[in-house]
Amino acid sequence: MLQIMEGSHAVAEAAKLCRPEVVSAYPITPQTHIVERLAEMVADGELDAEYLCVDSELSALSVCLGSSAAGSRVYSATSSQGLMLMAEVVFNVAGMRQPIIMSIANRALGAPLSIWNDQQDSLSLRDSGWFQLYGEDVQEMTDQHFIAYKAAERHDVLLPGFVCFDGFILSHTYEPVDIPTQEEIDAYLPPYVPYNKLDAKSPLSMGMYATPDYYMEFRYETDLAMQRAGNAISEVGKEFGEMFGRDYSMHTESYRMDDADVAFVALGSICGTVKDAIDEMRADGIKAGLVKIRTYRPFPAKEIAHALAGVPKVAVLEKNISLGTSMKGIVGLEVKDALTGTGIDVYSYVVGLGGRDIRKKDIRAIAALAEKGEGNMFYGLRTELL
Amino acid sequence: MVDKSLELFDCGHRACGGCGPAMLARLMLKATGENVIVVASTGCMEVFSTPYPETAWKVPWIHSLFENAAAVASGIEASLKHNNRTEKVVCICGDGATFDIGMLCISGAFERGHDITYICYDNEAYMNTGIQRSGATPYDASTTTTPAGRMSTGNALPKKDLPQILNAHGASYVATASVAYPMDVMKKVEKAINTPGACYIQVHTPCSTGWGFDGAKTIEIGKQAIECGLWVNYEMENGELKKAKKILRTPVDDYLKAQKRFRHLFKPERNAEEIAKIQAIADANAAKYNIDIKLKE
Repeated sequence: MLQIMEGSHAVAEAAKLCRPEVVSAYPITPQTHIVERLAEMVADGELDAEYLCVDSELSALSVCLGSSAAGSRVYSATSSQGLMLMAEVVFNVAGMRQPIIMSIANRALGAPLSIWNDQQDSLSLRDSGWFQLYGEDVQEMTDQHFIAYKAAERHDVLLPGFVCFDGFILSHTYEPVDIPTQEEIDAYLPPYVPYNKLDAKSPLSMGMYATPDYYMEFRYETDLAMQRAGNAISEVGKEFGEMFGRDYSMHTESYRMDDADVAFVALGSICGTVKDAIDEMRADGIKAGLVKIRTYRPFPAKEIAHALAGVPKVAVLEKNISLGTSMKGIVGLEVKDALTGTGIDVYSYVVGLGGRDIRKKDIRAIAALAEKGEGNMFYGLRTELL
Repeated sequence: MVDKSLELFDCGHRACGGCGPAMLARLMLKATGENVIVVASTGCMEVFSTPYPETAWKVPWIHSLFENAAAVASGIEASLKHNNRTEKVVCICGDGATFDIGMLCISGAFERGHDITYICYDNEAYMNTGIQRSGATPYDASTTTTPAGRMSTGNALPKKDLPQILNAHGASYVATASVAYPMDVMKKVEKAINTPGACYIQVHTPCSTGWGFDGAKTIEIGKQAIECGLWVNYEMENGELKKAKKILRTPVDDYLKAQKRFRHLFKPERNAEEIAKIQAIADANAAKYNIDIKLKE
């Protein structure tokens, strides 16, 4: 049944339905509504979990690591500066193979301070060993939480995951959303069965140090697990579709890609605007299409190459900046890599940093730039300020 | 119950001969028994006891990072509580991890009052990285980041009073101990793990490598620290000082002379002014904790 719900509250409902035993988070805009709602659920007895108010994001994720190592399913959420303060723990959790799921309400990084949306925070941690899912709308980001837990906890994966969605644009927007029932989620997501855990009855050492004779193999194994995470996300996404009618077996979604002359590639809420712009462009005879990336890590290079095959020009919309690189965008570099040898031109367009609005006419203008072969640039700068 | 015959910290680890922290690890587990989960910070003990694929720990043990042991322990405790499990949660962390980089997580954990015991093995500097100064380094100790020199008499700052800071958090049990007194260490660990809420024990663990003395003399050095009043063994319960080890105090000279980290105070001649300042620290400790045995005249 569809309900009108704020994005953050839908995420909180999803987290609750996954039955975490421990929730630990620290307030940061625009993530706060999620953890406030979870606190209410615990206070009202709707959610039987230990809710830990902590001193910092550093502690929030460290608490989750401890609980996960002890065998509990855990949940946290953060944004921006909070994710950066956690960064050391983020890498550590992946290396320790704890399947923790954390929501990221995407927000720009300071300086200058900005509470508004872009995707610099989670994209900057692309090499941390967490898989990363990006939602386009409230329904998708809600569903991705169930999928994330189910994939992460598989014993052939055992990796943590971010579920990312644009701060304010999705976290604070009310949309109709179908929230599954507890019985349905219990059927989809059984209780967490740890591969191993801290237990006095069966002692083991976790987080030991490794000399050069051993370290590289740990990293190799983690990379293999990340590759398997791709298959797992696809399989549990398919299973989700069979149970709930919304299929997530693909890591990407193609929109009007047939015979496209120019294709956009993007992550998150901007895809809605792009789809509308494409409809208008198509009506005017401009053959544009979109490949939306849902799973950014592991990077679905093959799927992207397949989706973009035969398209002459690709415009990657980047809500991030990889400072000092030729393309300027993080995602564009990887799309270009996926298309090596195809002769397809790939351009990055840095847009919407720090919450700047992106309109349909901007999308159309970027298509025209790509057609002309102009790219790897900021789009939408206020030149009068420079 | 303390089981003196129980050996849960195995031999074959990589600690230096006469390592005070290694002694503490062994004593600590005799007091906790097997029903425990140990949380370590990055540091000497973590490195010498768990070089993959070997471990000295015969109990569940976890290490995450340098600064977050208290938060990891909080998470473990929350999980145990949720599942009605009975293991005790004990952190064992060095003074750098405790006094300096871990303060944020420790403060949060003690404020929340998790049922954990946090034990600091205090060897008074960052020994794992090569003897750099920490907030626990005593006044005038020469370390690699506070070297004594023509313009310096070593560490210019006093040792931070961490037990009092944690006492101010409302910790139900705060104690200091020394590996020079093993029975006392075990008794205090046993008391802490059986006291509900967050408890703190700071254990003086002489480091032969970092302090510069013969590894055969760890216990002797530990005793000298107590006998001169530069280290005080005491217990605080619910904010009140309950017990402090009384002594017939000796001057600080012998303790200082026995360690290379203080030798600059005696060469080329005795630095009376600086030694007087260190003596004043011992005198202040004695007055604060009332440890002097008064002989009848």
